[in-house]
Amino acid sequence: MKRKELPQDKSALNGYTRELHYVKDEDGVYRTALSTGWEVKSSALNNAWDEINKEIEAARLSVINEVKSPIYYFMVKNLMNVSLLKSYTGFYKFQIRRHFNPKTFRKLSDKKLQKYATVFNITVDELKNSIKKPTKHSD
Amino acid sequence: MKEPYKHIQSAHCENGVTVTLLKAQGFEFMSEPLAFGIGSGLFYIHIPLIKFNNGPAVSFRTMPGRIFKQTCKFLNIPYKTKRFRNPAKAQDFLDGLLSKNIITGCQTSVFYLSYLPVEYRFHFNAHNIVVYGKENDKYLISDTVMENPTEISSEELNKARFAKGMYAPRGHLYYIEESVVPDVQTVKSAIIKGIRRNVRDMLYIPGSVGGVTGIKYTAQKIRKWRQRLGERKAGQYLGQIVRMQEEIGTGGGGFRYIYAAFLQEAESYFEKGIFSETSEDFTKAGNLWRDAASKMAGVYRGKNTSQAYFNEIADLLEEIFNLEKSAFKKLSATAKQIKQNRF
Repeated sequence: MKRKELPQDKSALNGYTRELHYVKDEDGVYRTALSTGWEVKSSALNNAWDEINKEIEAARLSVINEVKSPIYYFMVKNLMNVSLLKSYTGFYKFQIRRHFNPKTFRKLSDKKLQKYATVFNITVDELKNSIKKPTKHSD
Repeated sequence: MKEPYKHIQSAHCENGVTVTLLKAQGFEFMSEPLAFGIGSGLFYIHIPLIKFNNGPAVSFRTMPGRIFKQTCKFLNIPYKTKRFRNPAKAQDFLDGLLSKNIITGCQTSVFYLSYLPVEYRFHFNAHNIVVYGKENDKYLISDTVMENPTEISSEELNKARFAKGMYAPRGHLYYIEESVVPDVQTVKSAIIKGIRRNVRDMLYIPGSVGGVTGIKYTAQKIRKWRQRLGERKAGQYLGQIVRMQEEIGTGGGGFRYIYAAFLQEAESYFEKGIFSETSEDFTKAGNLWRDAASKMAGVYRGKNTSQAYFNEIADLLEEIFNLEKSAFKKLSATAKQIKQNRF
């Protein structure tokens, strides 16, 4: 890639940093140059986030409709899956899947809820009650 | 002879950390391409059957930590590396090093690094950063993919160092206490060793999913994706490859350019022109990877989703396979020849 071919497109990095690239100068020697982003990859990233946001919204609805417990929602929102949640909490996978059941969830001890809350970086109260607020990936 | 801390920006995080740590020891000649080449950073693998973030498990990089370790080993630099069970002990150990003014490389998860944009913060555990100091409860961080140094709270750093999942860092840190600058002969031999190791990784890895043959394997898969997965899912899969390929710190096209730059730089240690042909090959490979990414974007943006277009993408990857295979074969021959002439 020549220096003048390096794309300078909008990306999620804007306002944070620019990326360093190795480009060829007129004299055929490689030197470094900075780029604000490349449309091709920012659209790949945006697509991935569209997918994730759809999943988060579906998870939120399943909690409101009492199909799943808030643990499921916060797992999805934190971009985790059951096996990652297992490594963080120390629960077995089958236990976690049981905790996805709203009925089982209501009977969980505060000690167990605290484990989940710590991983999701929220309070037990938020874990139990915050689900009706509009959702957005923050933190 | 020891340098005070200086922030260095790099294209790939582990290269950057390696260069920063070595420059702090007074290794003025060290550069990102050199670290990448001696550390044999170029790689490709497409792990079959496994899914990663609901997409294909492709990787353009070697195991985390490999570039640093191998660069140090080939240059005869004594380095130390440590993992921990206990986060409190891990923090104490890091604080101890910092109080002795030893800058330290840490493996972290980007999910907990609040100074990065939210969009980039997935559960990815192989991000390397330099910790160069501590002020009150803040760690001073040199994240080498960023333009400027930054800082992070000790709570966040501890979380990032003890993230779970694939490549869990377990507090992994590495540093160089004291080292003498190697002579030119050592650097020359390290370059040749790095090249030969990279040739081995790309050409002679057993099986058909790693090294250059892995690229061919992906090409074959892409031909079938449209029919097997449907246009939408196939587009997502291609999007995943592009993200693995071109995102900060990983890199398909980007890595080829670094490798081409490495071969250019290596020439100055041997004779002029000796690597110019292979360097040119890797530049071409880099261009082709970027062309492939642009084409893949066409699919996930819904511009062109015909089977013929999928075949074009696969053809491009096969072209890359052929090009890189012949480039590494040439490189292997050149390295052998240099070795026989005793540099």
